[in-house]
Amino acid sequence: MALTKYNYNSFDITPVASKALAFNSDADGFTTATEGDMVLIKTLTASSDSTLEFEDGTDDVVLDNTYPIYLFKFINIHPSGDGVRLQFQGNAAGGSGYNETMTTTSFRAFHNEAGTDADLQYVTGTDQAQGTGFQDITDYGGGSGGADECASGELWLFDPSSTTFIKHFMASASTYLNSDYQSQKYHAGYFNTTSAIDEIQFKFDSGNIDSGTIKLYGIKDS
Amino acid sequence: MALSKLTYNSLNVTPTASKGIGFDSGADDLAATFSGGSMTFIKKLTASSSDALTFVDGTSDVVLDDTYKEYLFTFKSIHPQTDERHFQVNFRDGGSAYDATKTTTNFQAYHNEDDTTGVLGYEPAEDLAQSTGVQELVTYQGSDSDQALSGYLHLFDPSSTTFVKHFLVRISTVQGSDRLKDVYTAGYCNVTAAIDGVQFSMSSGNIDAGDICLYGIS
Repeated sequence: MALTKYNYNSFDITPVASKALAFNSDADGFTTATEGDMVLIKTLTASSDSTLEFEDGTDDVVLDNTYPIYLFKFINIHPSGDGVRLQFQGNAAGGSGYNETMTTTSFRAFHNEAGTDADLQYVTGTDQAQGTGFQDITDYGGGSGGADECASGELWLFDPSSTTFIKHFMASASTYLNSDYQSQKYHAGYFNTTSAIDEIQFKFDSGNIDSGTIKLYGIKDS
Repeated sequence: MALSKLTYNSLNVTPTASKGIGFDSGADDLAATFSGGSMTFIKKLTASSSDALTFVDGTSDVVLDDTYKEYLFTFKSIHPQTDERHFQVNFRDGGSAYDATKTTTNFQAYHNEDDTTGVLGYEPAEDLAQSTGVQELVTYQGSDSDQALSGYLHLFDPSSTTFVKHFLVRISTVQGSDRLKDVYTAGYCNVTAAIDGVQFSMSSGNIDAGDICLYGIS
């Protein structure tokens, strides 16, 4: 006997475009549901990778005007080397090379495990003034010196598809330093270009990304 | 003949309140485990030479009540009409005026495009002590055609009639002098009345362009 196939209009509910089927709040009828307004776009998992890239239109990555704001979460990023910093850069749509002009700020609070040293300071060595280099996100993280040492945090990227305005970003990260310090590091700035940014690359300033996960989310505005 | 519609108990899955229906992890059965996510878009206001952008509970589909314990405002490419104006916020705690009493802190890192300055410091000129005036979120915002600010504001439990209402703000901005600022503001509305309206404006002149979105966090 052939199976009976049910269609979109087989259910006791009015179909609503782009909504999902769900039980109502009393669990005695159907309703429609949305997927939520912070949408996971892509997860990249490092395995001794020199870089991790998110490129619009490649491998299901969306990094265009679909969302006004994008959020990267980096979780348990562990370098192959020791005392190295996770960094990022962007590439403009149609451009080549991760070398966009940016101006950034950099500051950190740190405290050692011995409880003998702590401070809050601006870090002139890891900011940029109209630079085209990769921008630090984390502090000098441990890696080869400790299997449990890693960094986690987030990077907000605003309006990357704008062809009118500069593109702001804001990052915060907690790092286990190779010298057994905890550091919280904050960077902010902008890509000083009116070209759209449609590719973001992450890497360490030296060595590979041994392990860890970087997730990209889009935040809806409708 | 009328169509026979499948009802909530027609499926081979236990109905679960407010859950979506999907396939299970083995793709060999149905599961009622889907949630809609914990961040819900509520409202977008787009500036177009606007005096202010105002979110009022119950107006124009805005929800700003006890539906959510936390609200998030995002600022996307806010551009002032006039150079070197301050982007600011205030809160409504009953009545129609945006004048909730606030105590706040403000610190910022800044760095010039010409690399002449890199500083982190507390900014006493931009904090408030039991003031009903506006809270400046950034100062001297540049108005070049490509200059703008972006960031976010968290507002916690605005409907509480027991506690003060905390907020946390972080904004990246560029001043008219081509100085980048990473600005942190936090504080509380020192009132036990519910906050049901939030207003954003420039210190003078209009908000020329940009979007502010409001989200509820479940």
